[in-house]
Amino acid sequence: MASKPKGSSKEKPREAPNPEEGPLLAFMSAMTRGDIRVVDLTQTLSPDFPALVLPPELGQCAPFRIEEVSRYDERGPAWYWNNISMSEHSGTHFDAPAHWISGRDLPENATDSIPPANFIAPAIVIDISAKAAANPDYELSLADIETWEVANGRIPANNWVLLRTDWSKRSPADYVNLRDDGAHTPGPSVAAIKFLVDQRKILGLGVETIGTDTGQAMHQSPPYPAHYFLHGAGRYGLQCLTNLDQLPPTGVLILAAPLKIRQGSGSPLRVLAMIDKSSGKAR
Amino acid sequence: MTEPLAPPKRKNPLKRTQLPMLPQGIRSRTAHGLTLAAAEGRFALPACAACGAIHYPPRDACPKCLSARIAFTDTSPSGRLAAATTVRISPDVYFRERMPWRIGTVVLDVGPSIVAHLHGDVSEGDRVRLALHLDKSGQAVMIALPAKDTPNMADDPQLRELTLDPKHRRILISDGRSAVGAAAVRAFAEAGASIIFVGISEPWKPLPQRDAWSKIKGVEIMPLDVTDTDSVQDLAAEIGAKVDILVNTAEHVRPGGLLERRGVTLAREEMETGYLGLLRLAQSFGPVMKFRGADGQNAACAWVNVLSVHAHTSATWPGFGAFSAAQAAMLSASHSLRAELRSGGIRVVNVFTGPLETDWFQAVPPPKVAPKQVADAVVSALKRGTEDAYVGDVAEDIRARLAVNPKALERELGS
Repeated sequence: MASKPKGSSKEKPREAPNPEEGPLLAFMSAMTRGDIRVVDLTQTLSPDFPALVLPPELGQCAPFRIEEVSRYDERGPAWYWNNISMSEHSGTHFDAPAHWISGRDLPENATDSIPPANFIAPAIVIDISAKAAANPDYELSLADIETWEVANGRIPANNWVLLRTDWSKRSPADYVNLRDDGAHTPGPSVAAIKFLVDQRKILGLGVETIGTDTGQAMHQSPPYPAHYFLHGAGRYGLQCLTNLDQLPPTGVLILAAPLKIRQGSGSPLRVLAMIDKSSGKAR
Repeated sequence: MTEPLAPPKRKNPLKRTQLPMLPQGIRSRTAHGLTLAAAEGRFALPACAACGAIHYPPRDACPKCLSARIAFTDTSPSGRLAAATTVRISPDVYFRERMPWRIGTVVLDVGPSIVAHLHGDVSEGDRVRLALHLDKSGQAVMIALPAKDTPNMADDPQLRELTLDPKHRRILISDGRSAVGAAAVRAFAEAGASIIFVGISEPWKPLPQRDAWSKIKGVEIMPLDVTDTDSVQDLAAEIGAKVDILVNTAEHVRPGGLLERRGVTLAREEMETGYLGLLRLAQSFGPVMKFRGADGQNAACAWVNVLSVHAHTSATWPGFGAFSAAQAAMLSASHSLRAELRSGGIRVVNVFTGPLETDWFQAVPPPKVAPKQVADAVVSALKRGTEDAYVGDVAEDIRARLAVNPKALERELGS
């Protein structure tokens, strides 16, 4: 959703950014002018959105649920509100390093202790949607990263890497894609995630699928390599994103601030991307 | 011979839906001995422990020897229809809508003469058997049936007022993913249900039975998750007025007592699916079912809960202690539901089972109950119109031990 320019263009003639302005003021002016488009990368929180499936003997994360408290009725005549319940990992959500055993002893590893500056960070977008469409088990490879870097330059440190698979456009059944040997959804290969974490020092990995790992990641070595390496290095995950197809490969600013849950392992959140108006793809 | 029941005509939407009326529903405390027998599908009459005389109607003292030692005892229901009458006009709001109505006097072989409702296939002078049934007000009444089964006898209109036969009725199975729910689909199809709505949670998960069910006439797979209030409300909005019999098969079985579990996550899931699931179904489907209790041949008539026999509080099974507690909450709620639905003529049937032949009871030694056996018991309870049914050896055994000494049962299950 692009924010509309405030006020009428007749009131003030458009001016080039004032070189005297500080960086924040320049950003604010650009926002106000409508030169920055805000893209919502968040899925709607609803009971209908699929939850992660684990073997039934393990603890299960609670699905999102909503119970009406009152709706302008005898329970509260002039107001409407709901009680909601969910897991920290419901809907579009943030994974903190403490989520995984590899990140359990790190400092600043939980939703309440992560430095807040990390919640606003640039992102690059790698598109593997065509390969994922052909093969739901497709793993992002080193070659894919190399191809991207040839076209767009080296992935800068402390960037989110957003993995576009177009998975968010699928029906719920195809989105989870469960077969009798588990889920079949794309994600990073072991080599790719190791490279991104160790060599490119990324801030985190953002995906459209239900986890940062592939659906069959328990069979990789180590199992769940994205969780293992990202969180072991104090990096983050973003899951169940949408609208990644509206983003350019570079020049994306991400606002992703989890709820400040005490010792939280993650949190549902609103993820917003900001891009130059000129760079966004037409909706 | 009874005319086979034709599929009900579609309702005339220009006509007002009849409100449910009830037959007279007041009984003495003593007469509830008959209610107990009728609830379980038995035929029992008060028998004097001193002189052995069997009498009717139930009294506090033996009419023969005045002894107060009277116990309801299962007796032979056989007798002879001495007189039959067809009532054509009645001032009673319930019966006047159902005229003509046949009643008669049956002389039982064991002694008493009893005025009873009459099945269409019995005539004056015939050998008959009396059956105790619960009527729309939930109270015990008797009906004289042919001595031997006759063709289509369940379709007799007077008998059908007292049973909850699924034939031509529309069923909602709340959870087709549960083993009993899945087995119930076929059982209701075989019983002649006209529509079988099958609730399926998390529709994005595979449903192995989808193809097989799509071949069964009348089966409609519907999204329903009893743990999700929106989902229950949405389905009630869509089909609430078409559900004649609701069968709650939702379950969440996990082993473990209170101490060996870490945290309350599992217990919460058991309560969400069990107790709160029942509540959500009751709040969304109950009111419209209650309103439709006399909606012609398309009327709503029954609510079935499939419960563990360990729902009885003295029958808590510590090995599945938290599960037992959630089941106990459901059983308690079912009694409220029964009272609250009664004014609509909707009967609440509880079917109690022992451990099932399913994954979560894998480590439990036999005897266990096959899900199909439970599904068949649900249909059978509806056909017979009973209120409490016990399926399988474990459930039967626990019922018997509960009746004798609940404290002993508690100790035995807890050792």
